[in-house]
Amino acid sequence: MYVAVKGGEAAILATHDLVAEARRGDESVPELAVAQIREQMGLACGRVMNEGSLYDPDLAALALKQAQGDAIEAAFLMRAYRTTLPRFGSSEPLDTATMAIRRRVSATYKDLPGGQVLGPTYDYTHRLFDFSLMDSPDVMVGLDPTISGQEGASRATAAGDARVKPEHDVKPLDSHMPRVPDILGAEGLMEEEAPPEGDPRPFDLTREPVTFPADRDVRLQAMARGDEGFMLGLGYSVQRGYGNSHPFVGEIRVGEVAVEFVPEELGFAVDLGDITLTECQMVNQFAGSKEVPPQFTRGYGLSFGHSERKAMSMSLVDRALKCRELGEAATYPAQQDEFVLYHSDNVEAAGFVEHLKLPHYVDFQGELELIRRIRKEREKRLAEQQEALPEAAE
Amino acid sequence: MTVHQSITDETRPAYNYAYLDEQTKRMIRRALLKAVAIPGYQVPFGSREMPLARGWGTGGIQVTAAIIGPDDTLKVIDQGADDTTNAVSIRRFFERTADARTTEATDEATIIQTRHRIPEAPLKAGQIMVYQVPQPEPLRKLEPREAETRKMHAWAEYGLMQVKLYENIARFGEVTTTYDYPVMVNGRYVMAPSPIPKFDNPKMQMSPALQLFGAGREKRIYAVPPHTSVRSLDFDDHPFRIQSWEQPCALCGAADSYLDEVVIDDQGGRMFVCSDSHHCETRRADGHRGAMLADASALHLVEDEAKP
Repeated sequence: MYVAVKGGEAAILATHDLVAEARRGDESVPELAVAQIREQMGLACGRVMNEGSLYDPDLAALALKQAQGDAIEAAFLMRAYRTTLPRFGSSEPLDTATMAIRRRVSATYKDLPGGQVLGPTYDYTHRLFDFSLMDSPDVMVGLDPTISGQEGASRATAAGDARVKPEHDVKPLDSHMPRVPDILGAEGLMEEEAPPEGDPRPFDLTREPVTFPADRDVRLQAMARGDEGFMLGLGYSVQRGYGNSHPFVGEIRVGEVAVEFVPEELGFAVDLGDITLTECQMVNQFAGSKEVPPQFTRGYGLSFGHSERKAMSMSLVDRALKCRELGEAATYPAQQDEFVLYHSDNVEAAGFVEHLKLPHYVDFQGELELIRRIRKEREKRLAEQQEALPEAAE
Repeated sequence: MTVHQSITDETRPAYNYAYLDEQTKRMIRRALLKAVAIPGYQVPFGSREMPLARGWGTGGIQVTAAIIGPDDTLKVIDQGADDTTNAVSIRRFFERTADARTTEATDEATIIQTRHRIPEAPLKAGQIMVYQVPQPEPLRKLEPREAETRKMHAWAEYGLMQVKLYENIARFGEVTTTYDYPVMVNGRYVMAPSPIPKFDNPKMQMSPALQLFGAGREKRIYAVPPHTSVRSLDFDDHPFRIQSWEQPCALCGAADSYLDEVVIDDQGGRMFVCSDSHHCETRRADGHRGAMLADASALHLVEDEAKP
């Protein structure tokens, strides 16, 4: 009833115990290991790494475990940890052309050097439950025929383990897999994108405040850590009606890329390891201008892990945000950098939306005082008018 | 002002004193110095991701972390009270990370971090108020674009704000902004005082204390140095006025403090009590008694008054 009794601290500590209990759930069910989350919830870990801006599958899995699978809460944990890490330098630019491909598809060509590589995708699965996943928690059951689309595949492979790749997949991939926009670029049909003069280190919005209009490095960084759902909605909006985007997927590629770093004391690049990336390049129309002959323009998306939806959404919005550079009118939400950048950050957005549950009774009291007074004055005024009326009728 | 010192135990990796690394503190102090030099001007700063939620005081926490040292005594209030959950949480944060000496006594504190209130007791020279700010831009509700509002400040183009206040008066007979009421600082910048009730605005005027404002999510810092003019915007024929209540505090009898309304039953019963919990307690300790103090005490709704 009345909050003057000081119990705040004890109550807060009790919430910590309760959340630990809720996180663990029924103790008769075995506890999840972080490694299980990392290996079997890889897409969720990818999302947490993206929105947490930190490539660390183990920590992403730990964050998901600690956050009971809440992706935003997990990204928050990642970011709060990331902010304490020392910055010892910037890597060399990654070369996605040399990616060890797991998946690579292009919508603009039927076939191309390296071919179409479907890889692990849900695209052509029928969304039917595989109930065998439910029954046998300890057995490594692979993709059901209804999911892999390979009728009889599980029967054909040893011990029924459908994880063994069908024969045509065993063939090694071409070592040369040129990026589609590079193919178009060689013909001069693709908007050229050279780094700014001197190839400066990109802006880091986690260390410096953003100013507007924001440059492309800032925009791409913000979108890469932006909320997948928000980016998806914005991307959809430019396609559907709030924007005139009708792009082609030049290419989506998923695979491993080496990260290289040049330590000052060595002076040459050292391989730090591989990271899994998803890259999407959209090919958009552009009529050209007086100075520029007609050419295609690019929308670019890059994300950690296998996260195509995020990379595709990002590339749609990236193209929309280029309106200023291309002299297009910025009339839709996805074209406005302030709108996109400020509101795509889900950790910030969640914090501010959820702060509404903090006590606001001091300000609310101010509103109450005002509204009561205005109503009282209004009633007084109406009463005076009522009294005045009968006299007027006489 | 601060020392390199790590709070460690066996299991956790060490964090720097007051959580932030020294480089970050230096960056924040530079922003603070600039803010003090240009009263009311919003200085962009490289706001860090904090282990507490954005919108829950991360701006104020970063400012406090950048200025606190072992000699400081910290008071944290939310809604005027020391025991509201978020105030407790932030105080715990500094107790853990900065080994901070904390207090509830306004006059003992060297740093007072606040959300939504300025204490009732007058501030002194040497004290620092740190405000948590959700929206540093007073013009944001009139103009959503940051690129535009920065220009409006640069040109001191505040006509839009005056028009908004005028329209309020035209429609309701008075300005209906009750908190975060815009102020003119040092005759130059229109500033958001943070969502303190307008009741508290006059306390900012010529205050002997240094007032620092941190907006973490929006990445802005601003300041009002001691003895600076802070005028609430108004019109000659509609002067600025603050909230008032028809009854004094039910616990301590104060007639000049900001009151919170407490619903005590479902029959329309209300009691009004000081929002500044320390102010109320101090007055009660001095022997001031409100009309409902005995009832509240009997129901253990306030700490036992008979206690020495």
